[in-house]
Amino acid sequence: MTARQQEADARPLLEIRDLTVEFPAPVGGWTPVVQRVSFTLGQGESVALVGESGSGKTVTSLAVMGLTGVTGGRVAAGSVSFDGRELTSLPEREWRALRGPGMGMIFQQPIRSLNPAYTVGDQIAESVRRHLGLNRRAARARAIEMLDLVQIPRAAERVDDYPHAFSGGMCQRVMIAMVMACNPRLLIADEPTTALDVTVQERILRLLRDLQEQTGVSLLFVSHDLAVVAELCQKVTVMYAGEVVEQGTAADVFFRPGHPYTSGLLAAIPKPGLGTGRRLATIPGSIPAPGLWPEGCRFHLRCPHREPGRCDSVRPDLVPAGPSAQARCLRVSEIDLQGVTVA
Amino acid sequence: MLRHAGKRLLAAIPLLLVVPLLVFLLIDLAPGDPAVVLAGDNPTPERIAAIQARLGLSDPVVERYARWVGAVLHGDLGKSLMSDQSVMEMIIRRMGATMSLVLFAMVMAVVLGALMAILSSLRPGGVVDRLVNWLASIAIAIPAFWFGLVLASLFAVTYRVFPAFGFVPLSEGIGPWLSHLVLPGVALGLLPAAEVTLQLRSALGQVLTSDYILNARAKGLSRRSVLFKHALKNACVPVVTVFGFRVAEVLAGSVTIEIIYNMPGLGSLAVDSVLSRDIPVLLGFVLFSTSVVVVVNLLVDISYGYFNPKVRA
Repeated sequence: MTARQQEADARPLLEIRDLTVEFPAPVGGWTPVVQRVSFTLGQGESVALVGESGSGKTVTSLAVMGLTGVTGGRVAAGSVSFDGRELTSLPEREWRALRGPGMGMIFQQPIRSLNPAYTVGDQIAESVRRHLGLNRRAARARAIEMLDLVQIPRAAERVDDYPHAFSGGMCQRVMIAMVMACNPRLLIADEPTTALDVTVQERILRLLRDLQEQTGVSLLFVSHDLAVVAELCQKVTVMYAGEVVEQGTAADVFFRPGHPYTSGLLAAIPKPGLGTGRRLATIPGSIPAPGLWPEGCRFHLRCPHREPGRCDSVRPDLVPAGPSAQARCLRVSEIDLQGVTVA
Repeated sequence: MLRHAGKRLLAAIPLLLVVPLLVFLLIDLAPGDPAVVLAGDNPTPERIAAIQARLGLSDPVVERYARWVGAVLHGDLGKSLMSDQSVMEMIIRRMGATMSLVLFAMVMAVVLGALMAILSSLRPGGVVDRLVNWLASIAIAIPAFWFGLVLASLFAVTYRVFPAFGFVPLSEGIGPWLSHLVLPGVALGLLPAAEVTLQLRSALGQVLTSDYILNARAKGLSRRSVLFKHALKNACVPVVTVFGFRVAEVLAGSVTIEIIYNMPGLGSLAVDSVLSRDIPVLLGFVLFSTSVVVVVNLLVDISYGYFNPKVRA
């Protein structure tokens, strides 16, 4: 192995540094929606991006795909590097060549993510013709092969069906087939099972795990569901109100959370055997909207451990919170937080 | 598909029967009598009665209607009360001008409307978008006959770029045909073009923010191919749905435009027949226009399956 190869292997596939994304404010000017977010994702790794709706997970993943402008926002600061290549200044032409063979994305609403006016086969073939340069016939064969790979029964017939003839779970399989058809190195899954039935969820997750084993694709898995994350990811990044509040290995974050928000999310996971007498734990209050973030720690208004006079005035930094974890909490060494308990 | 088309045609039969019946009833209610027109100056009551009897005008409305339907089923549209010519021949002779005019206006509506809508969708809320919206709103408020007069006085009288009136059939060359159509066609096509612009613009605006457009971009497709392949086909669905109405609208508008530009089309024929109470000619015109609208709507229906595969099932 050459030195250059070794260097390439050691280098993370995706490295995000101090990413700040802004959207137009209704009163004029720009409001930050994601602020100074940093995390890395190694070759073949699975990293979860966790947080409530509105914490900035989707905005972050769209920024990785270079689609911030399409949704009306702008990357105001920071860097996103993919395989050692800086993406924030990449011209649109090169972006187009990267989306597909470099990275692909599946979305929360699989039915709405497919174009109702074209057959699923056309939509898969379109990607591979564009990126792999296959001819019409070969692209169609590839589409059938991919539909088969994502376990859609009678793939050779269904390739000519329109999206409305598929269920939500089947549409998500089609989406996965479409993205994986170009052999991407990074798959971004933005809440891919949120809109699906629980039983279907399980099968989609298993499919993602199998595909990852077969192809070695790296996975950025966006979810608010920690139970799902635990099944799939080695590393976890927790986001709240546009910033990273905790990150570390899945084991660290799950068993020894360093931030009260993470601890609260973990407590809110339903557990089997929960008696009818006990109520499911919740985090009181709701996530503040961008532009309305409070002074000091952004979580302090909802935090059971807040210290008046300190948490509401001092901005916390990410500090070490465990062997391989960091948390954005002023009181990280003073409080004892509950993680997942193994019964 | 063929069965579907056949069904739609059968469903149009009641329409083709009811519209002429309404015309019969309306003419019967309106004052005026073709026999009086035909009898000339200072007619005697006996002469009028004789003409009425000869033409069957004194029979009850329903009887006259039934007689007309029976004749039409045999392919006979009757003869003009005034000139004794075959109505069928009159319509065939005159439909070239009208159909050319309608075709020009509709092509203009589609091409100009699509162009304007696409231009404004490139930057929603931008200068071009607002300008297009503003122009289209004004265009909707402009009456076709007024616009027709302005165009004629400007480009035919002051600048003499195009002929001021008349019509040349396509068989005499595409140049003369087109040059006679430009002014009346633009006057007639302005309204549907503005309507297509506004409708397609709003449909495109909606489609372009949809999840499948974001997905198309995430697949690495260019902005152009996303717009023309993924967005336009879906945005056409609401526009195509009302396209049949637009054709009916233009056909109705062609009546005044033909008179302003002195075109020997069906519109002027229809107006003359109303003024002289020439019922067979009027009925022939009504039957012809109704048929055109029915056929256009059938074509719209068929094309709808292409734009919106969901309805094909």
